[in-house]
Amino acid sequence: MPSLDELFDETFASPGVDWWVLVPQIILVSAALGLLLVASLAPRALPAWASTIVTIATGAAVAVTAAIQWTDWGSAPRSTLAGAFVSDGFSLLITVLVGAGVVMTALVAHSALDRYAMAPPEFAALLLASAAGAVVMAGANDLIVLFLGLESLSIALYVLIALAGRRASARESAMKYFVLGAFSSAFFLYGIALVYGATGGTNLSGISEFLFGTIRDNDYLLLAGVALLLVGLGFKIAAVPFHFWAPDVYEGAPSPVTGYLASIAKAAGFAALARVLYVAVFQQGTAWSPVIVALAFASLAVGAVMAICQSDVKRMLAFSSISHAGFVLVGLAAVDPDIVDGLWANFAGSVGAAADLGDGVSSAVFYLVVYSFMALGSFAVLSAVVGSSTDPDDGTSRHDVSRYSGLARRRPVLALAFAVLLLAQAGVPLTAGFVAKFEVIRAAVGEGIYVLAAVAMVTAVVSAFAYLRVVLAMYAPEGAAASEDDAPTARVSRPRWGDLPLTTVLAIALAVAVTLVIGVLPQTLLEWSADAALSIFP
Amino acid sequence: MSAGALLAASGSGIDFPILNALIFVPAVGALVVALLPRSRPDLARPMGALFAGIGGALALALAWQFDTAAAADAESVGEGFQFISQQSWIPDLGISWHVGVDGISLWLVVLTSVIVPIVLAGVDPHHDPKPYTAWMLLLQAGSVGAFVALDLFLFFVMFEVVLVPMYLLIAGWGYDGRRYAATKFFIYTMAGSALLLVAIIATAVLGSPDSGITFDLVTLAEGQGLATNAARLCFVAFAIAFLVKVPAVPLHTWLPDAHTEAPTAGSVVLAAVLLKLGTYGLLRFGLYLFPEASDWAAPVLVTVGVVGVIWGAITAAMQRDLKRLVAYSSVAHMGFIVLGIFAFTAEAIGGGVIQMVNHGISTGALFLLVGMLYERRRTRQIDELAGIQSAAPVYAGVFTLIMLSSIGVPGLNGFVGEFLILIGSFETRRWWTVVAATGVILAALYLLWAYQRVFHGPPAAADRQTADLRKGELLTLAPFVIAAVALGVYPKPLLNATEPAADTLLEHLVEHSDFELPDPGDPVIVDAGDGADAHDGDDH
Repeated sequence: MPSLDELFDETFASPGVDWWVLVPQIILVSAALGLLLVASLAPRALPAWASTIVTIATGAAVAVTAAIQWTDWGSAPRSTLAGAFVSDGFSLLITVLVGAGVVMTALVAHSALDRYAMAPPEFAALLLASAAGAVVMAGANDLIVLFLGLESLSIALYVLIALAGRRASARESAMKYFVLGAFSSAFFLYGIALVYGATGGTNLSGISEFLFGTIRDNDYLLLAGVALLLVGLGFKIAAVPFHFWAPDVYEGAPSPVTGYLASIAKAAGFAALARVLYVAVFQQGTAWSPVIVALAFASLAVGAVMAICQSDVKRMLAFSSISHAGFVLVGLAAVDPDIVDGLWANFAGSVGAAADLGDGVSSAVFYLVVYSFMALGSFAVLSAVVGSSTDPDDGTSRHDVSRYSGLARRRPVLALAFAVLLLAQAGVPLTAGFVAKFEVIRAAVGEGIYVLAAVAMVTAVVSAFAYLRVVLAMYAPEGAAASEDDAPTARVSRPRWGDLPLTTVLAIALAVAVTLVIGVLPQTLLEWSADAALSIFP
Repeated sequence: MSAGALLAASGSGIDFPILNALIFVPAVGALVVALLPRSRPDLARPMGALFAGIGGALALALAWQFDTAAAADAESVGEGFQFISQQSWIPDLGISWHVGVDGISLWLVVLTSVIVPIVLAGVDPHHDPKPYTAWMLLLQAGSVGAFVALDLFLFFVMFEVVLVPMYLLIAGWGYDGRRYAATKFFIYTMAGSALLLVAIIATAVLGSPDSGITFDLVTLAEGQGLATNAARLCFVAFAIAFLVKVPAVPLHTWLPDAHTEAPTAGSVVLAAVLLKLGTYGLLRFGLYLFPEASDWAAPVLVTVGVVGVIWGAITAAMQRDLKRLVAYSSVAHMGFIVLGIFAFTAEAIGGGVIQMVNHGISTGALFLLVGMLYERRRTRQIDELAGIQSAAPVYAGVFTLIMLSSIGVPGLNGFVGEFLILIGSFETRRWWTVVAATGVILAALYLLWAYQRVFHGPPAAADRQTADLRKGELLTLAPFVIAAVALGVYPKPLLNATEPAADTLLEHLVEHSDFELPDPGDPVIVDAGDGADAHDGDDH
């Protein structure tokens, strides 16, 4: 029997912390807390622009830090906190994306805060807190940590939407998101419990080692747990059939928040999904890959078909984002069961197969990055269009297609930017959207899932129709514009960028630039995402 | 022109990346036009015509510099490409910027680059000249790019790039039903190309050599790495995408709408250039890339071609709208080309290529003429027009000549291609050819009948006041008329370039499939051009 002192010495060792790994989270959280502190202690000392600048600086700092970490360390994983959190190429790429998303959201929101009567410091703090959650999700190597990240992201988002509470639609949207989100979190938590029961751990790498290293009678408990995890994450990424909240919430939320919700929140969900599937339960690939394929099928089809039925541009974009989620899922589904079996057979010396494996995840990461910029840009345009109109309360929805009719005449540059973003989402070549679709299809074809690839492309055509309707409305000819009362005055004054808020313009320009540059020269991002994808394989 | 000087300065002409220039000059032009100051919309068209015209001059220089002797010496299709330019683009995926021309694409490049400046200079868009010009230039760049691309990825990009400007041209500058027509056009073509993309990727993933994935056309086609069934499936996807574009019955229903509602310049480019992307694709990415599958599918495709000939001709005869009539005549003419391509003889393939060019000339000119008539009368209904001949004799004269060329009367350009196709197809596809030949008669029927109704008969008051062609319009039409006559009388320059390409393509087909030439020793096949010329002479 050891003495008490011996017991302490031997068993109580707190895990080592590699602080340098956690710098992005530290930046985000401290900026959020600092903003809250100043706002509550000296509410008048902090003008609106100051909190926007702080947010932008924080987002940029996070992106730059992650980029530096990536250049310094390469893609090899560095885990800390006893393996609960890992910093590898994958998490760092997502972190850079989150940082960029924060910057763009802050830019777009700056001019919209007034309109929605949202308090600037609170908005900024919540945005940063949710970003911290997203970054944690990207690097979480433990189901509990993953859950913490998921909840920080979600709770901050519930409140972000509710901040615009003066509008009934925003309250409804926040409530709906909260109730369904809490429900899905419960599923997720129960899934963790089941997986823990089946494998004896919550650490993702630990689960993987357990699965590869033991012979078990059956995997029913594990599979039930994985299914519940999929429900929880499926809700976050708004994959059909867990998508019912998305159109309503997207529509009701303020446009800048919707953009963030559709891009960064989704990216974080996908990052977590990829890590759970490919790190923790990769050994069960033959079991989960049909489920992912089914989710992809459903998301592609429902998203595209519902998108063409919408007369509201914001709802249309919501459904199209569901169909984009389907595309990312195609990338994640592109795993060859044979390789899983092969890996299982000789787990030790299987790294060679990873190069093939990386294709699917790499294409998913590429798609996520590209899609995030397109979504952020598109919702920024929506924000600019609503913000610049007088917004008469005539019963039509705020983003009815008719609002966009003749936009090209009133605001040619804004219309052109929106057209580029929409065509990119439709997958027209020389835009990033095309390369992204190309990559996903290549991964799917490479793994032999031809039917899914063909269905994905067919649904891309269907949703192209939805985007085209908006483009057509914007470029509606003189005849239609002349029937509008305000058209003559609009033509006289010819507003261009002048009366649009500069910050929104910047955000849109950034999104369009990224879309076009990656569309023409995708090589760099392709390399990055291939690097990132390879880094998560055990 | 400066282009000629540049070429001369660079000696053989290989050093100057003329194909890249053919793509980028109009593309840069589009950018320049788009950035013109808003206060000077009048600058847009001259500026656009200038850039497009430089492209046209470069294309003529290209035709001049094209080495027919080297083309004739080429042992394989891959060796037949000239003016090759290759730069790495996305090395991870084996994608490169790889362009080159051979006898098949050469004249299509020239046709595209020459027609766009002509219609830019000659046709008034009526409103918003700036975006209109920019889109036209982009259309030129994309079309040329698609014709010279030797990389599957690059081809697909260009194939799709063409879609957007055409869509916006129809939607923005068309007639009453433009939105419906534009959307229909976009969706049809995009549905075809969605499967095309999957097939392209599958071809590259499955057919690449062991050294790594590549999208290079020549490597993939010469390597023939695909298993038979995979190749057949991929070919079906390729063929559907191209048949939509051709358009072949029953995938043709977008064409009458798009043509009728498109602005005149749009119709001209659509007929002269965009439809050729389909038949060109069938040759380059069907026959060349999938020889075995082409042989396997040939009976179906030949039938599709013949059905198109007859269907298009009968439907054209039924039309009340002059522009719709011309549109359906396109369906018939393109059916001939499909028949020629899949008849698998050197004459028929060469004839198909020549028919592509000639159809561009005669149908393009017909659309111009119909557009000019619409400008004067605000109608295209055949019922509402009569006796135009007396009021506008010059117009009627030009219309007659172009119409005869479209019918395929000997001595005009339309005859050469159709005749070669029929001669060539007769060797391998006798009964199909017999049926298709009736299409020639039907073409005479519907065009002459329409001509009779519009230009003869007692003119009404409005008809009597129809103004004749102005100088500018005559100047716009002149190149078409000259080309129609010149290529009808002396098609040798066209044939010189296309024959060797058709021959090597056929050899490639024989080598990689079970197909055998009907009678290998037949001198007609070895000296296809001379044989055709001899027949040509007999008819005169």
